[in-house]
Amino acid sequence: MKRYGDLVAVDGLDLEVHAGECFGMLGPNGAGKTTTVEVFEGLRVPDAGEVEVLGDRWQGDGLRLRSRLGIQLQETKFPEKLQVREVVRLFRSFYPRGLDVEAILDLVGLQEKAGAHVRGLSGGQKQRLSLGCALVGDPDLLFLDEPTTGLDPQSRRQTWEIVENFKARGRSVLLTTHYMEEAARLCDRVAVVDHGKVIAQGTPKELIASLGAEHVIEFAVNESAASAIDPALLRTLPSVEEAAPNGTGWRLTVREVHRAVPALLATLAERGAEPTQLTTHHATLEDVFMALTGRMLRDG
Amino acid sequence: MAEPRVTATGGGSPLLELTRMRILELTREPEAVFWVFVFPILLAGILGLAFRSRPPDPLPVAIVEGANSEARLAALAAAPDLNARVFSVSEARLALTRGRVVLVVSDDAVPSYAYDPANAESRAARLAVDAALQRGAGREDVFTAVTAEVTEPGSRYVDFLVPGLLGMNLMGTGMWGIGFSLVVARNGNLLKRLIAAPARRSHVLGAQLTSRLIFLIPEAGALLLFAYFALGVPMRGSVFLLTGISLLGAMAFSGLGLLAAARPKTIEGVSGIMNLVMVPMWIFSGTFFATERFPAAMQPFVQALPLTALNDALRAVMLEGVGLVPLLPELATLAVWGAVSFVIALKIFRWQ
Repeated sequence: MKRYGDLVAVDGLDLEVHAGECFGMLGPNGAGKTTTVEVFEGLRVPDAGEVEVLGDRWQGDGLRLRSRLGIQLQETKFPEKLQVREVVRLFRSFYPRGLDVEAILDLVGLQEKAGAHVRGLSGGQKQRLSLGCALVGDPDLLFLDEPTTGLDPQSRRQTWEIVENFKARGRSVLLTTHYMEEAARLCDRVAVVDHGKVIAQGTPKELIASLGAEHVIEFAVNESAASAIDPALLRTLPSVEEAAPNGTGWRLTVREVHRAVPALLATLAERGAEPTQLTTHHATLEDVFMALTGRMLRDG
Repeated sequence: MAEPRVTATGGGSPLLELTRMRILELTREPEAVFWVFVFPILLAGILGLAFRSRPPDPLPVAIVEGANSEARLAALAAAPDLNARVFSVSEARLALTRGRVVLVVSDDAVPSYAYDPANAESRAARLAVDAALQRGAGREDVFTAVTAEVTEPGSRYVDFLVPGLLGMNLMGTGMWGIGFSLVVARNGNLLKRLIAAPARRSHVLGAQLTSRLIFLIPEAGALLLFAYFALGVPMRGSVFLLTGISLLGAMAFSGLGLLAAARPKTIEGVSGIMNLVMVPMWIFSGTFFATERFPAAMQPFVQALPLTALNDALRAVMLEGVGLVPLLPELATLAVWGAVSFVIALKIFRWQ
């Protein structure tokens, strides 16, 4: 059963998750991430194509295969009047082997809330309960669909730590997210998804490197001078790889900020344009998505 | 980080755990406890009080004022079943129209009686008034019959009502109990999550039925004990048979509840279906009054309803002490409803 390599494969989408890695599907809301994941999870039957999970195919209820998976849906409302420990205990009963209920409560940091009703939990605690229920069967492969959507930054970090600990034990994770920080921090490899298609795939580093430059400059100028600037002009500046309008301003992908900025300011002054805003940052997965689609991830 | 300890024995039986979850959920819901346990007892108590047995009221009769009214009042006063008073002509008419009296005696030398022959009380009053006036005018009775008064326990309205309330409650809790919890679980993605973690579908639904049957015992028990001890409702047949019928009834309505909840994603959706199924049975199935009141043309429909079968069977056992064999048609009706709705529900059930 230790066939490493293709843990999960989708024919046609050519998506593969390798053993021991965290694979992320990054894309805006409505990009088809949940549908794809639910096909992997055996909760949806694909119209065409084949899915292989842990060397097995979905057939019938797939109980034997499921007992090796941990599945967290985007949102699950657990019974409000049940206590946290009771919910975990219920899910433990579905798996032939797994972790102690108390061990899970420790793992997801809910030991103090063990006797509390689900109704009284915060959003972050509910999400960790859901994560605990997905981990209770000690899965080889964990599916997480938007695990931190709607959580505050602290809850988000707590969730990330739980996933990192799971990964550290050599287990595999497939997660979907529309937060590029999440993909960058947790994922060994990322598939950028838009309109149901994978538009780029690789390690976060590779994807950022594909921009051809590591830095991004965003700027805007006073309105009267805006028409004097065009992308073709900007591309001639030293160290600039790519230039594109961005809202009311422009966005440059550059190799070296210290060479591009003085040249940019000089050019603007020549054209009589006054910069009203100028920022620079390291290129992120957000910039990759922007470069590929012309849209921001959070815009959807 | 230390490797967590993995065991192959830590989990309980999934069916047991799912059932436990349902029962915990229900017992922690004060509203559910009220509707399941308190409401039927309250209803039986209130209706029992409203329709309690009393000695019959004397019949109110009007005597029209005039030359003969004094003598007639004296003659009617001798009859214990009558409550006669003297009215003016117009008052007497009005009292009769409004139902405050059931008969008016005129002031003519030979009296005439005004009454509604369709009203049983008026007809009884006519006989009693005529006999009392004839006797007052000097008629001798040829003989005096001995009367034996029989009050039949088990023939009161409340005796009729209690088995019907039990049946109605089994229907209500069976359908709502199962339907609501399934739709809430579907709506919150819980059903999907349960089968995604490998819960067996049969266990998820089986737990609903098991918890339903476990709840039946205190639910039916509370109503029956209250009816027996506080209202004096008789229990003439076998308690085992009554329990068996209740179980079968609960199963049949669980099946209908499962069917009603097989598809809807919202509480509004399932509520509509539930009401569509239950309201006709509240009316037609003889909970509050006998099904014989409906015209013959409707009887096949009325008798085919599962609640009619359940109510008839419960009543026959409690009030008449009927055994198993004569009730087989009713039990078969329940079994067919239960089985058919189960099969269809499983076929069309939506898990997500």
